[in-house]
Amino acid sequence: MSTTSVLGGVVKRREDPALIQGTGLYVDDIKLPGMLYVAFVRSPFAHARITSIDASAALAMEGVEAVYTIDDVRHLGPVLAQVPIGKVRPLLADGVVNHVGEAVAMVVATDRYLARDAADAVEVDYEPLPVVVDLKEAATDAVKVHEDLESNILMTWEAGPFGDPDAMAETQRKIAEAKARDDTVVVSIEAVNQRLIGTAIEPRAVLADWNPGYGRFTVYSSTQIPHALAGAIAKTFGITYNDVHVVAPEVGGGFGLKLNIYNDEILVAFASQRLGRPVKYTESRRESPNSTIQGRGWIATATLVGTRDGEILGYELHGLCDMGAYSQNFTVAIPFLGVFVASGQYKFPTHVKLDCVATHTMTTDAYRGAGRPEAMYYLERVIDAYARKIGMDPAEVRRKNYIPADAFPAAVSPVGFAMDTGDYDKALDALVESDGYRQMLADRDRMRAEGKLVGVGLSTYVEVCGFGPSGLVDLGFSWSEYGAPAAFSGTGLVRVNPDSTVTVVIGTGPSGQGHQTTWSQIVSDQLGIPMERIRVIHGDSEESPFGIGTFGSRSAAVDGSATFEAAQKVRAKAAKIAAHLLEASEEDIQFADGGAFVAGSPDKTVSWEEIATVAYQPHRLPEGMEGGLEAHSIFSPANATWPFGAHAAMVEVDADTGDVRLLRYITVDDCGNVINPMIVDGQIHGGLAQGIGQAMFEEAVYDADGNLLTGSLLDYVLPTAADLPSFELHRTVTPSDINPLGVKGIGEAGTIGSAQTIVNAVVDALESLGVTHVDMPLRPKRVWQAIQDAKGGN
Amino acid sequence: MNVNGEPVSADVEPRTLLVHFLRDDLGLTGTHIGCETSYCGACTVIVDGRTVKSCTMLAVQADGSDVTTIEGLAADGELHPVQEGFWERHGLQCGYCTPGMIMSAVGLLTENPNPSEEEIRHGIEGNICRCTGYHNIVRAIEYAAAKMRGEAPAPAEWEEVTA
Repeated sequence: MSTTSVLGGVVKRREDPALIQGTGLYVDDIKLPGMLYVAFVRSPFAHARITSIDASAALAMEGVEAVYTIDDVRHLGPVLAQVPIGKVRPLLADGVVNHVGEAVAMVVATDRYLARDAADAVEVDYEPLPVVVDLKEAATDAVKVHEDLESNILMTWEAGPFGDPDAMAETQRKIAEAKARDDTVVVSIEAVNQRLIGTAIEPRAVLADWNPGYGRFTVYSSTQIPHALAGAIAKTFGITYNDVHVVAPEVGGGFGLKLNIYNDEILVAFASQRLGRPVKYTESRRESPNSTIQGRGWIATATLVGTRDGEILGYELHGLCDMGAYSQNFTVAIPFLGVFVASGQYKFPTHVKLDCVATHTMTTDAYRGAGRPEAMYYLERVIDAYARKIGMDPAEVRRKNYIPADAFPAAVSPVGFAMDTGDYDKALDALVESDGYRQMLADRDRMRAEGKLVGVGLSTYVEVCGFGPSGLVDLGFSWSEYGAPAAFSGTGLVRVNPDSTVTVVIGTGPSGQGHQTTWSQIVSDQLGIPMERIRVIHGDSEESPFGIGTFGSRSAAVDGSATFEAAQKVRAKAAKIAAHLLEASEEDIQFADGGAFVAGSPDKTVSWEEIATVAYQPHRLPEGMEGGLEAHSIFSPANATWPFGAHAAMVEVDADTGDVRLLRYITVDDCGNVINPMIVDGQIHGGLAQGIGQAMFEEAVYDADGNLLTGSLLDYVLPTAADLPSFELHRTVTPSDINPLGVKGIGEAGTIGSAQTIVNAVVDALESLGVTHVDMPLRPKRVWQAIQDAKGGN
Repeated sequence: MNVNGEPVSADVEPRTLLVHFLRDDLGLTGTHIGCETSYCGACTVIVDGRTVKSCTMLAVQADGSDVTTIEGLAADGELHPVQEGFWERHGLQCGYCTPGMIMSAVGLLTENPNPSEEEIRHGIEGNICRCTGYHNIVRAIEYAAAKMRGEAPAPAEWEEVTA
């Protein structure tokens, strides 16, 4: 009779019927009358002065409506960034280009092929300037990325704990003291956490339509942050927020790549306003790596000191983080997300210091995990090396150093952040006691006896997500730079319509996470109205109250909680209406089977149809009650959420070729309560593929001149179905105590937990050869070389 | 050419790609463009019974051919078993690679009605999905394969609840 089982249960996705029949609408599918197409002229140099731009041949082509350069758009200012530390990006190159692929001129034409032809016909002369790509070299300032910047080091993040210099000095003193002891061991790994090209399969696209009569824009963009984009466009053009309507229709993968304000989003709006026609830009795959942000790009040294029996006395993470040439949305803030989790789920003193360094490359910013995979990679690699060095079981070493479960809810990490809930032993136990893990170890021993190079890797993780608390606005967690200084709260509006269907409007910008389904479950559970009568709207700056968007595994924890609270308010009002109609006490009203009834008198019922009808006929309502049946909630959590888990991988390495084959992958993830297990598992699967992709295949490679050598999908290796096994997923449930749903977030966990698991497994496989470290990605050549070096070196 | 069983004809520039013809001229926007280099497979359609990446085939090369796109897969309001499998087994998230992935799976099952997991994985390695890690795509194709053979699909890895 009750329908509460939809919360926490599997229901098939409501998004899918359109998507499997080809009727989902993505930005590039939208065609407006008179629409013009854009192509960009992009720089072939990483650093050069522009000496001339000649667009005459392009402009002479029939159907070419305009060619714009910085002179046409300089008055609009640069591309807005939420954390504008470093050099922000000009809309088009302003005298100097600072990375390959930087947009120099914009061509607008009646046809997409013509626009491309015309872009090729624009002649640009360059005078090359010195280039710096290597992070360590850039950090010396021998070559400046921008002449007018004091240093290539844009920012330094330091913690241990964060924001307390005295305590930090004490931490460093303790670590130094431990290192100096003669009964301790020190393990150190310098490793590259390579740059990645996120590669959503839908390239970004944006379509702007200026209506001169109303003086307002309608913009369709493949964005994760429609409200922020509306704010950024309004601020750039000097109009008001409510004169920009941004719609993010179906978005074909986000992963942080679409969590940004891009120059093309502003430029198509400019062109539409100038030309009085709708203007569309669709990024090509070839230009995408240099027109959409990249991720990662750290080189750091992780050093750990501990006793010979597994007590870790201190940990240091010191490194350089590649920012690229220009700072966009969050650029220099991304390493800070790594600082948040630098000490992981452990209790030992930790000192972290990360320099954010500019280079003549494409901007880096949030890519799935954003700072957290990097931090967990270093921590879990060096802990594994330490376990190996002291000859202790890798699970045991971790267990010995965890923040204990009884430290919650008051736990504060060594880097200074309060954590919501955690029980790290529980997840680790679930992994190591699983049949799968035991079988992995047994199979490893058996296969090794057959002469094969087989390894099992273990790692555990904690992440921080679900941003976030209103109090973090001072740290930049807000869209203030886009003219909307709203905290990263959740927003949810629940409206019961006169026919008793429900419209739910949320401030998220999903790209495949199934929000229509999950939010239907939340609301159906509260109201007892079947899911098929609930419609969920997202990704629309006008439909929903100001929304923050979808990123940082925040949507369920924050917007989900807001929606839950809004649904509670609607339910409370509906109960009042039902009590009035049934002449009963409001406290006795319960909901089930499509309506309300009086507790103890199940025959006294009133349907949702009747409640909704009365809500919209105010004369039938209790005296003093407002008409309508809807509620809106803003949810501001007291803290971020801290999911955690434990992963294990089994690999086989071909000693002759260096080829790594992933044989098995087992996870235990704890993301608090689960609303739809099918969707949560799907998020883990996808997250794993991206973490494993980093470990085994993916790498953005620039040469010394700043040319991207992996700019096409033929050169940038993505995992295919044939590269991955089926995943074995397990779960523990430790509900969050900072939101009413008890959920944490699962979008990034798979990625955050996986790259180091794979590398640990490969190091385990090569242990007998003396290999202690191989940098990612573990492509055959690199692994083969590591094997040769170990053989030669020993 | 015939597209989804309907005859269509148009004059196009010789360089017009089949995918642009389908999307821009015919309005069949279910076929997506992911890479323009035949690598990602988002644009996969079936031409004369064979799966083809329509971003690297010219429209004129398909002159006189029978082309099936994602829009033409469901027959008489009934989802194709592969479409059904993707829905039943959560074989998609953002949906962008999905039409191409489904068309490749249809091609695979036409050639091999009873593929092993490994054969499925190799059969779709020309299609990149960035959301699912392929796990549930494999389950979806296994589901469809069973259905098309007239067998009951293996149970899902979860139990569904009903609202």
